[in-house]
Amino acid sequence: MTVPLALLGLLDREPSYGYDLKRAYDTYFGRGKPLPFGQVYSTLARLARDGKVTAGRSEPGEGPDRKRYSLTPLGKQEVESWLTEPVAAEPFLQTVLFTKVVLALMLGHDAQRYLDLQRATHMRRMRELSEVKRGGVLVDALLADHALFHLEADLRWIDVTTARLGALAETVRRA
Amino acid sequence: MTIDALPAPGPLLRADSISRSYGRTPALREASLSVTAGEILAIMGPSGSGKSTLLHCLAGIFTPDTGQVWFDGHRLDTLGDAGRSRLRRTAFGFVFQFGQLVPELTAADNVALPLLLGRTGRRHAYQRARGWLERLELDGLGERRTGELSGGQAQRVAIARALVTRPKVIFADEPTGALDSLAGEKVMDLLVGLARQEGVTVIVVTHDSRVAACADREVIVRDGKVTDPYADEYAGEAVR
Repeated sequence: MTVPLALLGLLDREPSYGYDLKRAYDTYFGRGKPLPFGQVYSTLARLARDGKVTAGRSEPGEGPDRKRYSLTPLGKQEVESWLTEPVAAEPFLQTVLFTKVVLALMLGHDAQRYLDLQRATHMRRMRELSEVKRGGVLVDALLADHALFHLEADLRWIDVTTARLGALAETVRRA
Repeated sequence: MTIDALPAPGPLLRADSISRSYGRTPALREASLSVTAGEILAIMGPSGSGKSTLLHCLAGIFTPDTGQVWFDGHRLDTLGDAGRSRLRRTAFGFVFQFGQLVPELTAADNVALPLLLGRTGRRHAYQRARGWLERLELDGLGERRTGELSGGQAQRVAIARALVTRPKVIFADEPTGALDSLAGEKVMDLLVGLARQEGVTVIVVTHDSRVAACADREVIVRDGKVTDPYADEYAGEAVR
Protein backbone atom coordinates (compact mmCIF):
# COMPACT_ATOMS: atom_id res chain seq x y z
CA MET A 1 0.00 0.00 0.00
CA THR A 2 1.63 3.24 -1.10
CA VAL A 3 -0.73 5.95 0.25
CA PRO A 4 0.83 6.16 3.75
CA LEU A 5 4.32 6.09 2.29
CA ALA A 6 3.45 8.65 -0.36
CA LEU A 7 2.07 10.97 2.34
CA LEU A 8 5.20 10.44 4.46
CA GLY A 9 7.30 11.24 1.38
CA LEU A 10 5.34 14.43 0.70
CA LEU A 11 5.79 15.44 4.33
CA ASP A 12 9.54 14.89 3.96
CA ARG A 13 9.52 17.92 1.63
CA GLU A 14 7.95 20.20 4.21
CA PRO A 15 5.39 20.12 7.04
CA SER A 16 1.94 20.39 5.46
CA TYR A 17 -1.78 20.59 6.15
CA GLY A 18 -3.97 17.64 5.28
CA TYR A 19 -5.58 19.62 2.47
CA ASP A 20 -2.20 20.41 0.87
CA LEU A 21 -1.15 16.78 1.15
CA LYS A 22 -4.30 15.65 -0.61
CA ARG A 23 -3.80 18.23 -3.37
CA ALA A 24 -0.15 17.17 -3.90
CA TYR A 25 -1.09 13.50 -3.84
CA ASP A 26 -3.87 14.01 -6.41
CA THR A 27 -1.53 16.05 -8.64
CA TYR A 28 1.23 13.47 -8.75
CA PHE A 29 -0.26 10.12 -7.91
CA GLY A 30 -4.07 10.39 -8.03
CA ARG A 31 -4.46 10.42 -11.82
CA GLY A 32 -8.20 10.22 -12.08
CA LYS A 33 -8.61 8.64 -8.66
CA PRO A 34 -8.44 11.47 -6.12
CA LEU A 35 -7.64 10.55 -2.55
CA PRO A 36 -10.76 11.01 -0.38
CA PHE A 37 -10.33 13.53 2.45
CA GLY A 38 -11.46 10.88 4.90
CA GLN A 39 -8.61 8.61 3.84
CA VAL A 40 -6.08 11.45 4.13
CA TYR A 41 -7.03 12.19 7.72
CA SER A 42 -7.45 8.59 8.80
CA THR A 43 -4.05 7.77 7.32
CA LEU A 44 -2.47 10.77 9.04
CA ALA A 45 -4.09 9.74 12.33
CA ARG A 46 -2.63 6.23 11.99
CA LEU A 47 0.78 7.63 11.12
CA ALA A 48 0.59 9.92 14.17
CA ARG A 49 -0.44 7.00 16.38
CA ASP A 50 2.57 5.03 15.09
CA GLY A 51 4.92 7.92 15.83
CA LYS A 52 5.77 8.64 12.20
CA VAL A 53 4.18 12.10 12.04
CA THR A 54 3.24 14.70 14.60
CA ALA A 55 0.22 16.96 14.34
CA GLY A 56 0.57 20.61 15.34
CA ARG A 57 -2.05 22.52 17.24
CA SER A 58 -5.36 23.22 15.51
CA GLU A 59 -5.27 26.50 13.64
CA PRO A 60 -8.26 28.58 12.60
CA GLY A 61 -9.19 28.19 8.94
CA GLU A 62 -11.57 26.59 6.53
CA GLY A 63 -12.56 22.97 7.01
CA PRO A 64 -12.60 20.81 10.07
CA ASP A 65 -8.88 20.21 10.46
CA ARG A 66 -6.17 22.84 10.19
CA LYS A 67 -3.36 20.96 11.80
CA ARG A 68 0.04 21.11 10.28
CA TYR A 69 1.66 17.68 10.11
CA SER A 70 5.40 17.12 10.34
CA LEU A 71 7.55 14.07 9.81
CA THR A 72 9.22 12.53 12.87
CA PRO A 73 12.70 10.95 12.66
CA LEU A 74 10.96 7.56 12.60
CA GLY A 75 8.79 8.65 9.67
CA LYS A 76 11.81 10.05 7.86
CA GLN A 77 13.64 6.79 8.35
CA GLU A 78 10.69 4.90 6.91
CA VAL A 79 10.64 7.09 3.80
CA GLU A 80 14.38 6.69 3.35
CA SER A 81 14.35 2.93 3.67
CA TRP A 82 11.30 2.58 1.41
CA LEU A 83 12.95 4.67 -1.30
CA THR A 84 16.24 2.84 -1.06
CA GLU A 85 14.80 -0.67 -1.16
CA PRO A 86 14.07 -1.92 -4.68
CA VAL A 87 10.55 -3.29 -4.95
CA ALA A 88 10.24 -7.08 -5.16
CA ALA A 89 10.16 -7.94 -8.83
CA GLU A 90 6.52 -8.77 -9.40
CA PRO A 91 4.19 -7.77 -12.21
CA PHE A 92 1.92 -4.70 -12.03
CA LEU A 93 4.24 -2.46 -10.06
CA GLN A 94 3.92 0.63 -12.21
CA THR A 95 2.12 2.68 -9.55
CA VAL A 96 4.71 1.96 -6.87
CA LEU A 97 7.62 2.52 -9.25
CA PHE A 98 6.19 5.80 -10.46
CA THR A 99 5.51 7.03 -6.92
CA LYS A 100 9.05 6.21 -5.90
CA VAL A 101 10.59 7.99 -8.88
CA VAL A 102 8.54 11.16 -8.41
CA LEU A 103 9.22 11.29 -4.67
CA ALA A 104 12.92 10.61 -5.20
CA LEU A 105 13.09 13.58 -7.61
CA MET A 106 11.04 15.76 -5.27
CA LEU A 107 13.33 15.02 -2.35
CA GLY A 108 16.50 15.49 -4.39
CA HIS A 109 17.45 11.82 -4.19
CA ASP A 110 19.25 9.97 -6.96
CA ALA A 111 16.28 8.70 -8.97
CA GLN A 112 18.58 7.32 -11.67
CA ARG A 113 20.31 5.13 -9.13
CA TYR A 114 16.95 3.91 -7.89
CA LEU A 115 15.84 3.02 -11.43
CA ASP A 116 19.13 1.21 -12.09
CA LEU A 117 18.74 -0.85 -8.93
CA GLN A 118 15.13 -1.64 -9.69
CA ARG A 119 16.21 -2.69 -13.16
CA ALA A 120 18.82 -5.00 -11.65
CA THR A 121 16.22 -6.50 -9.29
CA HIS A 122 13.90 -7.16 -12.22
CA MET A 123 16.70 -8.67 -14.30
CA ARG A 124 17.69 -10.95 -11.45
CA ARG A 125 14.11 -12.22 -11.22
CA MET A 126 13.98 -12.67 -14.99
CA ARG A 127 17.13 -14.78 -14.81
CA GLU A 128 15.51 -16.99 -12.16
CA LEU A 129 12.39 -17.37 -14.30
CA SER A 130 14.49 -18.18 -17.39
CA GLU A 131 16.15 -20.90 -15.35
CA VAL A 132 12.71 -22.24 -14.35
CA LYS A 133 11.77 -22.33 -18.02
CA ARG A 134 14.88 -24.25 -19.01
CA GLY A 135 14.39 -26.92 -16.39
CA GLY A 136 10.61 -27.04 -16.16
CA VAL A 137 7.70 -28.70 -17.86
CA LEU A 138 5.50 -26.80 -20.31
CA VAL A 139 3.08 -25.54 -17.65
CA ASP A 140 5.94 -24.11 -15.58
CA ALA A 141 7.45 -22.59 -18.70
CA LEU A 142 4.19 -20.88 -19.69
CA LEU A 143 3.64 -19.53 -16.18
CA ALA A 144 7.22 -18.26 -16.14
CA ASP A 145 6.59 -16.66 -19.55
CA HIS A 146 3.60 -14.77 -18.19
CA ALA A 147 5.73 -13.27 -15.43
CA LEU A 148 8.63 -12.64 -17.82
CA PHE A 149 6.48 -10.62 -20.24
CA HIS A 150 5.12 -8.47 -17.41
CA LEU A 151 8.57 -7.88 -15.98
CA GLU A 152 9.73 -6.98 -19.47
CA ALA A 153 6.96 -4.38 -19.70
CA ASP A 154 8.15 -2.88 -16.39
CA LEU A 155 11.70 -2.79 -17.71
CA ARG A 156 10.61 -0.96 -20.83
CA TRP A 157 8.87 1.56 -18.63
CA ILE A 158 12.04 1.88 -16.52
CA ASP A 159 14.08 2.51 -19.69
CA VAL A 160 11.68 5.12 -21.03
CA THR A 161 11.54 6.85 -17.64
CA THR A 162 15.33 6.78 -17.42
CA ALA A 163 15.50 8.49 -20.81
CA ARG A 164 13.02 11.15 -19.66
CA LEU A 165 14.25 11.62 -16.10
CA GLY A 166 15.58 15.12 -16.78
CA ALA A 167 12.22 16.27 -18.16
CA LEU A 168 10.34 14.64 -15.27
CA ALA A 169 12.62 16.34 -12.73
CA GLU A 170 11.81 19.69 -14.38
CA THR A 171 8.09 18.95 -14.22
CA VAL A 172 8.27 17.99 -10.56
CA ARG A 173 10.33 21.10 -9.73
CA ARG A 174 7.94 23.44 -11.57
CA ALA A 175 4.76 22.03 -9.99
CA MET B 1 54.43 -8.46 -33.67
CA THR B 2 54.88 -6.89 -30.25
CA ILE B 3 52.39 -7.80 -27.55
CA ASP B 4 52.30 -6.20 -24.12
CA ALA B 5 51.67 -8.87 -21.53
CA LEU B 6 49.40 -8.65 -18.50
CA PRO B 7 50.33 -10.71 -15.47
CA ALA B 8 48.03 -13.74 -15.26
CA PRO B 9 45.53 -14.62 -13.87
CA GLY B 10 43.06 -11.91 -14.76
CA PRO B 11 39.90 -11.39 -16.69
CA LEU B 12 39.80 -12.96 -20.13
CA LEU B 13 38.79 -9.69 -21.74
CA ARG B 14 39.12 -6.21 -20.34
CA ALA B 15 38.52 -2.67 -21.55
CA ASP B 16 40.28 0.04 -19.53
CA SER B 17 38.85 3.55 -19.95
CA ILE B 18 38.36 3.25 -23.69
CA SER B 19 37.07 6.17 -25.74
CA ARG B 20 36.13 6.19 -29.38
CA SER B 21 34.57 8.92 -31.51
CA TYR B 22 33.03 9.02 -34.96
CA GLY B 23 34.26 12.34 -36.28
CA ARG B 24 33.36 14.77 -33.53
CA THR B 25 30.67 12.55 -32.05
CA PRO B 26 31.87 10.55 -29.06
CA ALA B 27 30.51 6.98 -28.96
CA LEU B 28 32.48 5.70 -25.96
CA ARG B 29 33.75 7.85 -23.10
CA GLU B 30 36.30 6.11 -20.89
CA ALA B 31 34.26 2.93 -20.80
CA SER B 32 35.64 0.09 -18.67
CA LEU B 33 34.54 -3.52 -18.51
CA SER B 34 35.91 -6.87 -17.37
CA VAL B 35 34.74 -10.26 -18.57
CA THR B 36 35.88 -13.50 -16.97
CA ALA B 37 36.48 -16.72 -18.88
CA GLY B 38 33.30 -18.71 -19.41
CA GLU B 39 31.07 -15.80 -18.46
CA ILE B 40 27.97 -14.91 -20.44
CA LEU B 41 27.57 -11.16 -20.39
CA ALA B 42 24.79 -9.02 -21.83
CA ILE B 43 25.49 -5.45 -22.88
CA MET B 44 22.29 -3.40 -22.87
CA GLY B 45 21.50 0.26 -23.40
CA PRO B 46 19.47 2.66 -25.49
CA SER B 47 20.03 3.02 -29.24
CA GLY B 48 23.12 5.09 -29.95
CA SER B 49 24.48 4.62 -26.42
CA GLY B 50 27.72 3.05 -27.68
CA LYS B 51 27.05 -0.62 -26.92
CA SER B 52 27.85 -1.91 -30.42
CA THR B 53 30.97 0.26 -30.55
CA LEU B 54 32.05 -1.26 -27.24
CA LEU B 55 31.51 -4.76 -28.64
CA HIS B 56 33.50 -3.90 -31.77
CA CYS B 57 36.37 -2.51 -29.68
CA LEU B 58 36.41 -5.61 -27.45
CA ALA B 59 36.46 -7.81 -30.56
CA GLY B 60 39.33 -5.92 -32.17
CA ILE B 61 37.17 -4.80 -35.10
CA PHE B 62 37.68 -1.16 -34.05
CA THR B 63 40.60 0.20 -32.08
CA PRO B 64 39.76 2.72 -29.38
CA ASP B 65 41.10 6.28 -29.73
CA THR B 66 42.36 6.13 -26.14
CA GLY B 67 42.41 3.47 -23.42
CA GLN B 68 43.42 -0.16 -23.58
CA VAL B 69 41.82 -3.47 -24.50
CA TRP B 70 43.31 -6.66 -23.09
CA PHE B 71 42.55 -10.18 -24.24
CA ASP B 72 43.90 -13.24 -22.48
CA GLY B 73 46.70 -11.26 -20.89
CA HIS B 74 47.75 -9.39 -24.02
CA ARG B 75 47.11 -5.92 -25.39
CA LEU B 76 44.64 -6.11 -28.24
CA ASP B 77 44.40 -2.43 -29.15
CA THR B 78 48.10 -2.15 -30.01
CA LEU B 79 48.06 -5.15 -32.37
CA GLY B 80 48.29 -4.36 -36.08
CA ASP B 81 45.54 -5.18 -38.55
CA ALA B 82 47.03 -8.59 -39.37
CA GLY B 83 47.33 -9.59 -35.72
CA ARG B 84 43.78 -8.54 -34.88
CA SER B 85 42.48 -10.22 -37.99
CA ARG B 86 44.19 -13.47 -37.02
CA LEU B 87 42.77 -13.26 -33.53
CA ARG B 88 39.27 -12.69 -34.90
CA ARG B 89 39.67 -15.74 -37.11
CA THR B 90 41.10 -18.07 -34.48
CA ALA B 91 39.94 -16.96 -31.02
CA PHE B 92 36.70 -15.10 -31.67
CA GLY B 93 33.37 -16.06 -33.19
CA PHE B 94 30.68 -13.64 -34.35
CA VAL B 95 26.92 -13.76 -34.56
CA PHE B 96 25.19 -10.67 -35.95
CA GLN B 97 21.58 -9.81 -36.62
CA PHE B 98 21.89 -10.02 -40.41
CA GLY B 99 24.22 -10.59 -43.27
CA GLN B 100 26.89 -12.86 -41.90
CA LEU B 101 26.05 -15.91 -44.03
CA VAL B 102 26.62 -16.27 -47.76
CA PRO B 103 23.06 -16.91 -49.03
CA GLU B 104 24.18 -18.71 -52.20
CA LEU B 105 26.17 -21.28 -50.21
CA THR B 106 24.67 -24.20 -48.33
CA ALA B 107 24.45 -24.29 -44.54
CA ALA B 108 27.33 -26.80 -44.45
CA ASP B 109 29.45 -24.60 -46.76
CA ASN B 110 28.84 -21.59 -44.54
CA VAL B 111 29.82 -23.44 -41.37
CA ALA B 112 32.89 -25.03 -42.98
CA LEU B 113 34.05 -21.74 -44.48
CA PRO B 114 36.08 -20.40 -41.52
CA LEU B 115 37.85 -23.76 -41.24
CA LEU B 116 38.64 -23.82 -44.97
CA LEU B 117 39.96 -20.25 -44.73
CA GLY B 118 42.11 -21.41 -41.82
CA ARG B 119 43.47 -24.19 -44.07
CA THR B 120 41.75 -27.12 -42.43
CA GLY B 121 41.40 -30.01 -44.90
CA ARG B 122 38.11 -30.05 -46.81
CA ARG B 123 36.94 -33.42 -45.56
CA HIS B 124 37.68 -32.64 -41.92
CA ALA B 125 36.12 -29.16 -42.23
CA TYR B 126 32.84 -30.56 -43.56
CA GLN B 127 32.82 -33.33 -40.99
CA ARG B 128 33.09 -30.76 -38.21
CA ALA B 129 30.54 -28.49 -39.87
CA ARG B 130 28.01 -31.32 -40.02
CA GLY B 131 28.67 -32.16 -36.37
CA TRP B 132 27.92 -28.58 -35.35
CA LEU B 133 24.81 -28.40 -37.51
CA GLU B 134 23.57 -31.48 -35.70
CA ARG B 135 24.24 -29.93 -32.30
CA LEU B 136 22.22 -26.92 -33.40
CA GLU B 137 19.36 -29.24 -34.34
CA LEU B 138 19.80 -28.52 -38.05
CA ASP B 139 20.61 -32.04 -39.21
CA GLY B 140 19.11 -32.63 -42.62
CA LEU B 141 19.42 -28.95 -43.57
CA GLY B 142 23.16 -28.98 -44.35
CA GLU B 143 22.67 -29.01 -48.11
CA ARG B 144 20.08 -26.22 -48.15
CA ARG B 145 21.19 -22.75 -49.26
CA THR B 146 21.07 -20.42 -46.27
CA GLY B 147 18.98 -17.97 -48.28
CA GLU B 148 16.21 -20.60 -48.23
CA LEU B 149 16.23 -21.08 -44.46
CA SER B 150 13.96 -19.38 -41.92
CA GLY B 151 15.42 -16.55 -39.85
CA GLY B 152 15.77 -18.77 -36.78
CA GLN B 153 17.43 -21.58 -38.75
CA ALA B 154 19.83 -19.11 -40.37
CA GLN B 155 20.83 -17.75 -36.96
CA ARG B 156 21.50 -21.29 -35.76
CA VAL B 157 23.75 -21.80 -38.79
CA ALA B 158 25.51 -18.56 -37.81
CA ILE B 159 26.03 -19.93 -34.28
CA ALA B 160 27.41 -23.19 -35.70
CA ARG B 161 29.78 -21.15 -37.85
CA ALA B 162 30.86 -19.08 -34.83
CA LEU B 163 31.53 -22.20 -32.73
CA VAL B 164 33.18 -24.40 -35.37
CA THR B 165 36.62 -22.84 -34.88
CA ARG B 166 36.44 -23.50 -31.12
CA PRO B 167 36.75 -19.80 -30.21
CA LYS B 168 37.39 -18.47 -26.72
CA VAL B 169 34.82 -15.70 -27.09
CA ILE B 170 31.66 -15.31 -29.11
CA PHE B 171 30.52 -11.76 -29.81
CA ALA B 172 26.83 -11.53 -30.65
CA ASP B 173 25.20 -8.27 -31.73
CA GLU B 174 21.39 -8.40 -31.46
CA PRO B 175 21.38 -12.10 -32.43
CA THR B 176 17.61 -12.41 -32.06
CA GLY B 177 16.72 -8.92 -33.28
CA ALA B 178 14.98 -10.16 -36.42
CA LEU B 179 13.26 -13.17 -34.86
CA ASP B 180 9.92 -13.73 -33.16
CA SER B 181 9.82 -14.67 -29.45
CA LEU B 182 9.88 -18.44 -29.87
CA ALA B 183 12.58 -18.50 -32.57
CA GLY B 184 14.64 -16.02 -30.55
CA GLU B 185 14.30 -18.13 -27.44
CA LYS B 186 15.45 -21.25 -29.29
CA VAL B 187 18.48 -19.40 -30.67
CA MET B 188 19.46 -18.10 -27.22
CA ASP B 189 18.90 -21.47 -25.52
CA LEU B 190 21.20 -23.14 -28.03
CA LEU B 191 23.82 -20.39 -27.97
CA VAL B 192 23.98 -20.26 -24.18
CA GLY B 193 23.69 -24.02 -23.70
CA LEU B 194 26.47 -24.85 -26.16
CA ALA B 195 28.70 -22.01 -24.94
CA ARG B 196 28.44 -23.39 -21.40
CA GLN B 197 29.20 -26.93 -22.57
CA GLU B 198 32.25 -25.69 -24.48
CA GLY B 199 33.35 -23.17 -21.83
CA VAL B 200 33.12 -20.36 -24.36
CA THR B 201 32.69 -16.78 -23.14
CA VAL B 202 29.76 -14.96 -24.75
CA ILE B 203 29.28 -11.22 -24.99
CA VAL B 204 25.87 -10.34 -26.35
CA VAL B 205 24.60 -6.88 -27.22
CA THR B 206 20.83 -6.76 -26.95
CA HIS B 207 17.82 -4.49 -26.47
CA ASP B 208 15.80 -7.47 -25.35
CA SER B 209 15.64 -8.07 -21.60
CA ARG B 210 14.55 -11.69 -22.20
CA VAL B 211 17.77 -12.26 -24.13
CA ALA B 212 19.75 -10.51 -21.39
CA ALA B 213 18.07 -12.75 -18.81
CA CYS B 214 19.88 -15.71 -20.42
CA ALA B 215 23.22 -14.13 -19.44
CA ASP B 216 25.01 -14.41 -16.10
CA ARG B 217 24.90 -10.63 -15.68
CA GLU B 218 24.27 -7.50 -17.65
CA VAL B 219 25.87 -4.09 -17.90
CA ILE B 220 24.20 -0.96 -19.22
CA VAL B 221 25.91 1.41 -21.63
CA ARG B 222 24.59 4.92 -21.30
CA ASP B 223 26.12 7.94 -23.05
CA GLY B 224 29.22 5.93 -23.88
CA LYS B 225 29.89 4.83 -20.30
CA VAL B 226 29.41 1.41 -18.74
CA THR B 227 27.17 1.07 -15.69
CA ASP B 228 27.32 -2.16 -13.76
CA PRO B 229 24.15 -2.32 -11.67
CA TYR B 230 25.68 -4.99 -9.44
CA ALA B 231 28.98 -3.17 -8.84
CA ASP B 232 27.93 -1.86 -5.46
CA GLU B 233 24.71 -3.30 -4.22
CA TYR B 234 22.36 -0.84 -2.63
CA ALA B 235 23.52 -0.23 0.90
CA GLY B 236 20.94 2.33 1.86
CA GLU B 237 23.25 5.30 1.67
CA ALA B 238 23.39 5.49 -2.11
CA VAL B 239 20.64 8.05 -2.49
CA ARG B 240 21.83 10.47 0.12
